Amino acid sequence: MSNKELFASEVPCSANPITYNKELCIGCNSCTNACPIDVLVPSEVKGQSPVVMYPGECIYCGACVMECPVEGAIHLEHPLINRTKFVPVK
Amino acid sequence: MSLHKWPYANEIGREEHLECDVLVLGGGLAGCYAAIAAARKGQKVILMEKGATKRSGSAGSGFDHWESACTNPGSQVTPKEVAEAYIDEQDHYSNGIAHYIECREGWDRLLDMESFGGKIRDTEDEFKGAEFRDDETKLMYAYDYTNRYTLRIWGSGFKPALYKECQKLGVKVLDRTEATSLLTKKEGDKIIGAGACGMNVRTGKFYSVSAKSTILAMSRPARVWLFNADLPGLCEFRPFNSIGSGHAMGYRAGMEFTMMEKSVRGEFSAAGRSYPPYSTGNNHNTWYGATMVDARGVEIPYLDRDGNELKSVSERFNPAKGQKFFLKGGVIDEAKYEYRGPETMPFEELAKRGYKLPFYADLSKMPEMERKVIWGMMVGEEGRTKIPVLKYYTEKGFDPEKHMLQSYGTGWQSANFLGQERQLFGAPGGVITDWNLMTNIEGVYAAGDQLYAMDCGGAASATGYYAGRKAAVHASEIAPVEYDRAQAEAEKERLLAPLYTEEGYSWKELNFAISKCMQNYCAEVKCEELLNEGLDLLNTYSEDIVPKLHCENPHDLMRTHEVLDILDVSKMILEACKMRKSSSAPLCFQRSDYPEMDPEEDKKFLTIRLENGKAVRGEIPHDYYGDVEEMYEKYNRDYIEEEAPKYYE
Repeated sequence: MSNKELFASEVPCSANPITYNKELCIGCNSCTNACPIDVLVPSEVKGQSPVVMYPGECIYCGACVMECPVEGAIHLEHPLINRTKFVPVK
Repeated sequence: MSLHKWPYANEIGREEHLECDVLVLGGGLAGCYAAIAAARKGQKVILMEKGATKRSGSAGSGFDHWESACTNPGSQVTPKEVAEAYIDEQDHYSNGIAHYIECREGWDRLLDMESFGGKIRDTEDEFKGAEFRDDETKLMYAYDYTNRYTLRIWGSGFKPALYKECQKLGVKVLDRTEATSLLTKKEGDKIIGAGACGMNVRTGKFYSVSAKSTILAMSRPARVWLFNADLPGLCEFRPFNSIGSGHAMGYRAGMEFTMMEKSVRGEFSAAGRSYPPYSTGNNHNTWYGATMVDARGVEIPYLDRDGNELKSVSERFNPAKGQKFFLKGGVIDEAKYEYRGPETMPFEELAKRGYKLPFYADLSKMPEMERKVIWGMMVGEEGRTKIPVLKYYTEKGFDPEKHMLQSYGTGWQSANFLGQERQLFGAPGGVITDWNLMTNIEGVYAAGDQLYAMDCGGAASATGYYAGRKAAVHASEIAPVEYDRAQAEAEKERLLAPLYTEEGYSWKELNFAISKCMQNYCAEVKCEELLNEGLDLLNTYSEDIVPKLHCENPHDLMRTHEVLDILDVSKMILEACKMRKSSSAPLCFQRSDYPEMDPEEDKKFLTIRLENGKAVRGEIPHDYYGDVEEMYEKYNRDYIEEEAPKYYE
């Protein structure tokens, strides 16, 4: 049973919940380790931003951003369908 | 789309056997408190968590108010009063044992949290002088400011604090390890817990754990009726990982459940008909008391229980004249007259009076402290709000003094679901226990969302700790239970099978099919023939589709195991629905073939368990747990005499 080779492919979805600022991200994987859902996996290249392998599984909890040691390195963005409208008070 | 080499170690086929006194399955609030309680009693504890304990579970990213801490120094109500009010409010389809534990020990657990480094007081005097704050203790209250039994708390720091405390106490935390089955031993009719099996969801390594006591502290079932293959992470209210594996493994092992026939019309599915929780203008829960306005900016009146319009914001937070206290919170929608708190005028009346949609939450019209506590503290500390709501909308330019946030639909849920789009929400079914929170499987306990009719993080924390100390006592009194290697072997084979199929169905395709089946055959109005059709279809999935499930790595294997659990839970729900031969308002249960509502002879808990592959029906009277205060005190002399006093010195 142990000879099974394992692979993963990025599973695209209609949204793009997590994006990295490649210049700011230090590739420490704090976000990968904090994500309760395992949406992220470490990059094959050490020091690079994690791969958003399962974006459709994201619960938009923000744990990745909360754990990130570099302000602005990760951005969480709601799908277009979930952006609540706000207007000036009347 | 590129193919990646799996980034983690390949441990498929490898296994490890562990032994402990107390095994906790699920590392949310309930599981962490359970582990802490057992470790404090000197037991060797293992905690198995599918995600990362530091941020997993329903309160992983936060938790803004702690309900029913009736023994906090400001409280004007007793645990018995509030627990009995909940029982009455829920027409006795209520978990009296768990509610009383929540009311009686919740404050003790908050003080524990403070000792772990969690913030439960306004120590920076940010809200000094606010009506909801006690300036001496610096505690901040929500909902009923007269009776002060629900606290506003800074829960975004709670899970990291609990995780740290677990480590400090020597709890062995197995993160990224899904619990998949209970190990049991049969002695005649008796089933005895012997531990559990699990799998590392990054490496595929298999675990079997022998334990004298096991605590189920996982979530309620989800993704039963609601599924979205594109954005599955948003299709339910609870986090995506939380799908009721504890229910499934308990059911497979012969555990007894109740109220599994109850489901409600969907309230949250941000992959479809609603927005992410707490992200829209509303006046419920986290947003309770918010000023709502209509499209013209005209304020929507709040009414007291007698229909009188309230003149001030303060009146929204205080009982009506002649009312001792009111109930508000996660499971309270439209409370009975006796417990009903202030609420905005019903939509039908607003429409008659010419109020125009859409509505908005307009915090600018509220006193500064009330505005600041909703937007900035509650929205910020509640789960999934600090980054995705507070930070995100602030970055987009939202200013609560200048803007109003839109509400969708006509009520606080900001959603319009169809009758067949159902959820286990609002005190749903789950495991039934005795006063030790022990299930019918000896040595196996349940806590938090795993219990029937549960809700709220305070209840999860209090029942978790309680189950932990009871499980510790049990473990200290018994000899190790024999480990049945054959059970573990069979489980390992079941878990790994989808990696070795040539090709086949994905977990998503099966989950989607189950949810369609449940929408078709277990919808708002049920009948015997449709329920049988549903069971028949799910059985064909078990026989024909399950052997053809296929995946390529441990992550997808975890998702596949989840759907196998959803399949078992869905069958349990269909069987439970068949067992109730009448309709019931409190259970949101309608049968076209048995339309009579709540006949006297059916006002009882129906239980369901699996025996030799067949669902077995049982009955338990509503008042099986007796007088909540008397029974609690009978079962907890040790805690009352030795542990509780130190919280009240």
